[in-house]
Order: sequence, then C-alpha cells, then structure tokens
Amino acid sequence: MSASDNMIPAPAVRSKPLIIRHLPYFIGAAVLVALAAGMQFDGYILNILLQATTFSIAVFGLSVVLGLCGQINLAQAAFFGFGAYAVGLGTADLHLNFWLCLVGACAITLVAGAFLGMSTLRLGGHYLAMVTISFQQIVTLVMINAVGVTHGPDGVANIRRPELFQSSQSYLAFCVAMLAIVGYLVWHLPDTKLGRAMRAVRDNELAAGVNGIDVFRTKVYAFAVCAVLGGLAGGLFAGGFAYVSPDQFSFAESIQFLTMSLLGGVASPIGSVIGTGLLILIPEWLRFLKSVPGLYLAIYGLSVILIIRFMPDGIWGFVSDAFTRWRAHTKAPPVAGALQLRPATTGGDIVLEVTGLSKHFGGLKAVDGVDIAVKRGSVHALIGPNGSGKTTTLNVLSGLYKATSGKIVLDGTDITNMAPHQRTAAGLGRTFQNIRLFRSMTALENVEIGAERPGNTMIGKGDDALTERAMEALTFVGLGSRANELISSFSYGHQRLIEIARALASNPTLLLLDEPAAGLNSTEKLELHELLKRIAAQGLTILIIDHDMTLVSEAAQHITVLNFGRRIADGESMAVLRHPDVVSAYLGSE
Amino acid sequence: MDLVLQLLFTGIGIGAVYALVALGFVLIFRATNVVNFAQGEFSMVAAYLMVVCVELGLPYWLSFVIALAGMALLGVIFNLGVYYPLRHRTYLPVIIATIGASILLSNSVLAIYGPQPQVLQGWFDTPGIQLGPVYLDSQYLLIIGVTILLVLFNFWFFEKTLLGKKLQATSQDKEMASLLGISVSTMIMITFIYSAVLGGLAGILVAPVLFVSIQMGSTIALKAFAATIIGGFGDVAGAIVGGLALGVIETFGAAYISVPYKDGFAFLVLIAFLVFRPQGIFGERVAEKA
Repeated sequence: MSASDNMIPAPAVRSKPLIIRHLPYFIGAAVLVALAAGMQFDGYILNILLQATTFSIAVFGLSVVLGLCGQINLAQAAFFGFGAYAVGLGTADLHLNFWLCLVGACAITLVAGAFLGMSTLRLGGHYLAMVTISFQQIVTLVMINAVGVTHGPDGVANIRRPELFQSSQSYLAFCVAMLAIVGYLVWHLPDTKLGRAMRAVRDNELAAGVNGIDVFRTKVYAFAVCAVLGGLAGGLFAGGFAYVSPDQFSFAESIQFLTMSLLGGVASPIGSVIGTGLLILIPEWLRFLKSVPGLYLAIYGLSVILIIRFMPDGIWGFVSDAFTRWRAHTKAPPVAGALQLRPATTGGDIVLEVTGLSKHFGGLKAVDGVDIAVKRGSVHALIGPNGSGKTTTLNVLSGLYKATSGKIVLDGTDITNMAPHQRTAAGLGRTFQNIRLFRSMTALENVEIGAERPGNTMIGKGDDALTERAMEALTFVGLGSRANELISSFSYGHQRLIEIARALASNPTLLLLDEPAAGLNSTEKLELHELLKRIAAQGLTILIIDHDMTLVSEAAQHITVLNFGRRIADGESMAVLRHPDVVSAYLGSE
Repeated sequence: MDLVLQLLFTGIGIGAVYALVALGFVLIFRATNVVNFAQGEFSMVAAYLMVVCVELGLPYWLSFVIALAGMALLGVIFNLGVYYPLRHRTYLPVIIATIGASILLSNSVLAIYGPQPQVLQGWFDTPGIQLGPVYLDSQYLLIIGVTILLVLFNFWFFEKTLLGKKLQATSQDKEMASLLGISVSTMIMITFIYSAVLGGLAGILVAPVLFVSIQMGSTIALKAFAATIIGGFGDVAGAIVGGLALGVIETFGAAYISVPYKDGFAFLVLIAFLVFRPQGIFGERVAEKA
C-alpha cells in the first residue's frame, strides 16, 4: 500500500520542478519498499499483502478508465487473467525469461484493450458495458475449454519468478515498488494533457470535441491504459502465487475490482488502494460468511447499489472534496501580461466562406443552400426568427452535424468533412447556447483545455506556459482572481464568460458565439458588449448568433438573415435591419 | 436437410426467448434511456419462483400466476430501489447500479438455493410431435406461440390503447408528457413492472429447455442484448428479429462448429455488427443536440 499521507497534490502555483515537489512521495514509497523487504511477515500476511498490492494495480486501471474518462470496463479480471496466463504459460511451459513474459503480458493486453475499445467506443456507454461483459465471458470460456494451451480448469502451476526476487519477501518489495511507480503515474495523469482530455471527455463529450480533443482516441487510450494495468497486475500476481486457474479471473472478479474501485473512490489511485485493501481485509476478518456460496457477492452487489446512491465519490471522495473546497480559496496563479490574440492569416480577405450549405433531417430542410462570407477582422452576425436554422448552421460549421451538401472553407482550408476536433485544430473556436463547461473542473482547468488546442501558436512549452495563457484569458474576461474555483460556484453569466475565455485561450482564427446574450441580465449584457469590442479590437473575427437586436446592431458590421433555412438578406447592418423581408420575418407582414 | 430443418426449429425456439428478454430491454431503454443489466436476472428469479412453487405441490398454472405476480412485485421494488433514486443522474451510475442489482439478485438466489441446477417440467405432458422429418418439441412450440401472441399484444397495447400511447409519449419526451398531465413516474413504474413480467415469462418458458441455474439469467441477458444491437438499438421489431437470428446462428454454430464455444458465437456476431453496422438492421443513430 502506498504512502497516502504524502500524496496531497501540490497547489496550482507551479514553480519548482516536479521531481523536487514530489520528493516526499518518493521518499515515502522508498520507506514502504524497505519495510516490505525488511520486515519478517509470516506466509499468511505475506500472501494478503501480495494480493492487495497486485489487485491495487489492476484497480488503478479502473480509476483511469472509469474515474478519469467516464467509460466502463467490466472485464478487468479478463485483462488481469491475460497478464497472469502470459507470465504463467510463458515461464512454466515455454521456460521464457520472467521479464520478457511481463513485457509480453503488457503488450498482449494493450492490443486486446485497444481492439476492444476501438470496436465499441464510438458508441454509447451501454454498448461498452455489454461488450466488456461478453468479452469477459469469452475469455473465461477459452481459459476453461482450450485445454491444450491453458491446461483448462487445472490451471497453470510452477510459475517462476525473476532470479533477482526469488524469496517471497523480496518479490513483495518489488511489487510494492511497482505499485508506487504506477500509482505515481496514475496520480499525476489528471494534470497532464492526456489526463485533462480524459476528464473533459467524461464531463462533456461535445464540448471536448469542439475544444480540439479527439474524443474517440482519448477513450481508446484510457481503455488501453486500463487493460495494460490489468495485464501488468496479473503478471505480477502470477509470479507471486506461482499458480493460477480460470476461476480467479471470472466475471465475479471483475465485479470485485469494480466494487473496490467504487468503494475507495473511483477518481483517485489513493481511493483504489483504500478500496482494494478494505475488500481484501474485510473478507479475511469475516471468513465465516464464506461458508455460504454467493453470500459475499450478494453483499458486493448490494454495496455497489448503496455506494452509487449514497457516496458516489467513495471513501476518498470525502477527503478530496474537502481538498477541492480548500483549493478554491487558494490564490490564483500570477498573471504575467495581457491576453494576446493573434489570429492566423493564411487565407485571403475572407476568413470563413460558406457556399451552398444544406443540412436536411429526413425531409426537413433545416438549412437549405446558405451562403455566408465572413470578412477578416469583422464582427458578423447571423440572425433569424426561432427555427430559422441558425443553431443548425453553427452546428454544421463546428462539425457536430455533417453537412448534407455545400462547402465550408476556413482561412483557406476546406473543413467541410473534418471532425469537430480537427476543425478546432484548423482554427475554429466556439461557445454554446446552453453552456457546456467541464463541470468537475476548476475555471482555470477549463480554460487550460482550450489553450491546449492543437496548433495553438500562442503557448510556449510546458505546464507553466499553459497556465499562464489560461490565466491571461480568464483575466481578460475579468475572472482571473477566481481561477481555482469549481465551475458550479459561478453564476450563469460568469459561466458564459468562462466559456468565452476557453475559446479565446485557444487563439482561434474565427470565434463562433452561439447566443452569448441569452439568459444574461442587462448589466451582464453591457459587459458582454464591452468584451466583444475588446476582442474585436485585437483583430479576431467573430461570427455571432443572437436574438438581442441591440447587441447585434451595435456590435456587428455585417448581418446575414436566415428564415426557414434560407438566406433572406445579407449586407451592412443597418441596411439589412431595414430590409422589408427581414422586417416581415420578424414582425410578420400584412 | 432434415438436420437443417430440425436445427432451424430449435434455433427459432431459443431465439424466441432471446427476443422476449430483448423486448424487456428495449421497453425499459425507451422509457428511461437506461439499459437494465438485471433484465436477465428477472428471467432467472421467475424460473426459481416457479421451481419453488411446483416443489411445494401447487398446480402448474397457479405456480405460473404466482411467479408472474412475484415478478411484478420485483419490478416495483427494482424501480424504487435501483432506478428511481438515480433518475436525475447520468446513465453511468444507473448502469452500475443495475449491474449491482444483477449481482445481488443472482447471488442471493445462490445463497438461498445452492449451486445445483434445478429441473422444471414442461407445461405439456406430451413431449412433442413428429412432423415429417422434424421433431417439434412441445415446449419450443409453446415458446414460439407465446412470443407471437406477445408481439401482437405489444403492437395492440402500444398502438391502440391510451395507456400504451401514454407510455410511448413518456419514452419520447418526458417533459412534454408531464406537461400534458401524464404522470411520468407512474409510466416508468408500469414499464418496469411490464418488462419484469416479460423477462419472467421468458425465464419460465425457457426453464424446461435449459436447466434452472444461477447463470441462466446472465447468459440469456447477454444474448438478448446482442439481439437488440443486431436488430437496431431501441427498436421493437429489431429486438425480435435480432433475437430470432441469434438463436438460429447459435444453434447452427453449436451443431457445425463447436459445442463448448456455443455461447461465444453471440459475441462474435455482436462484434461484427459493432464494427460494420453499429446501427443494426433497422436502427438509426440519433445525434445529440448541441
């Protein structure tokens, strides 16, 4: 078990190198490894510790895929079994080197996990749950029935350990060291680019895609990482116990891993260790329950229902909640300078050129042959009565809907057939009418994800540069001092500003604003208007959709009007607003 | 050729069971947007209830009525204990809770009843009839007959009755339905009761063909879920066609390829559909509105 006392994450101010800030963790881990190697345990205790250590590594995998990325895996015992059989069959039957087998275990589970993930992760979570259960059943079937390879129900015996760690005591120390290393990586993962992407996908897939994150790939990575950790843990387990059999890797074991993860707290490796430790120790204390078959798992099933209902964040969740509240009061990182927007200028005078754009839903022509040309450096408004196709147009532009026909060119690049995250990489930024922020993250983290847009030339290397850029964007919208607060503590109007900051941090070539004034009071609308002026002053091109005529007529130089999916007017603001077709579309005609 | 006909009959019979359970999945999914992973356990619990009643010496029909009434009660408890408290959360906690419920149900039965598989007699005393080259087992005939009746009943119920229309309205748009004076929580309760009874019926029908065991629930549920994907997720006709297709594929696979891996064929077909045609035979993928 790891040094939970030393695992309090560092405050958001980042200055010293990681290794030095995390030194206490490594010292704690070294002490634990020394303890595991030096203390004389009897065989029973040793086995329990070995089991807890290896299981914890497998549960780390669940904390990545379920806790960080919000995807379910009900086959962790199958991956654990893959690893165990790779090491078992490799060392016992093929007489291969232990290390080679352990690497093989990781490689096999990586391939299996990636394949399973790629086949299912484009679809909803229900599919993943069912497919992983099916996969688990198949693996068990093969383990039992492919007697020629797996020895069937007899299992694999005489599994060997590496030369270096022949004694159980030294092998335990080795496993604890592995636990500490993997635990460190998993603990640090949420603060890396990949980890932030996973959390963004968990919180809001659509917004993640629009902020430049490849949602599918992120999910596959999370799933593969989970599988590999399962394989690694299984390999270590096989070496520790020298004997494995199919019943150790059944669906029931997958459920046990899930319960461990949920009980301790699914979002953190510390929770994984707590949950695993408890669920290994408690059954040992209550051995008499084991005399009734099924009773244990029945209790696990009931615990899962109760945990989900009454403490969804697990035991560690209570502690980390307190930490999050504490962090909200910590000082925001310093701001070096004012936000610089330097929109790319590779194309010509027209930043966005939309020609003949159509989007049909069955027989409904929501958008029908619309042309829009947005001039560089202008504020362009797209207006129209309810149901005129404004938001559909925006969704086609940002790639959430696929265009039925037509062409979209952004700054000289044809983006018509690109996925949302690719359009973002090409320079598109957007906000949503119904705010889509990453709810479990702080304001700063939300904006950091925006700043991480692939192709953003305005950030330097490293986490400090990222934080700096995000702080500049937050300060630009006036919320710099509240950077470390969770999204839920902000008012509706401020959440809208954070969404704009998130888009600005990515230094887009074109900013799409979907009804930014909706739901704002009059003071907030005035502030928004000021903000738009300051953005436009830096030369960023804006395409805005709104109902608020005052805002539109004052902010936009150019207006395109849609009605029933068609363009009915286009031109300089004042002229368009006086156009008879526009007046009749809004006010009705006689 | 005779063998082929025989296998086809058996496949359709077993497929009809998958179709019934798949129907239960689809109904709950449409009403709540949640896949109920304990759907297969409904079948298992009903089969055990039936075994218990028959062993107590009750007449077959009475046992049947009691078992189905028990399932209705289980549907109520399930809704109140597992789904309802989590209805405002995202789908993930609900899925996990239904998985927990599935584990709880199957292992409670294991703890109470022990691991030995039980045998339930068929409804009819005559084992079956010989029709030309094909032997028609009476229980399979019953299964197929009941499935046809239920499909017709479903159509009538959901398309022609006011209650059925209210249920449909609820599944399509809860907010609008409640604005029209439909009690959404009642409709969801009815859906859970109905699909628990449906699952239970499938379990009772299939019990004489298979053994009554703890695992029967999860096995049937996996096949039924694969059936819903093959047919097109959330589609009633798709669930039935998918179930029948899967039953036939599996029976032929077991006869011509491998018996021990019989339960694996459903998974292979499932993966093939997920990769090449994830929307299934009838289904259509619906995009989330931004």
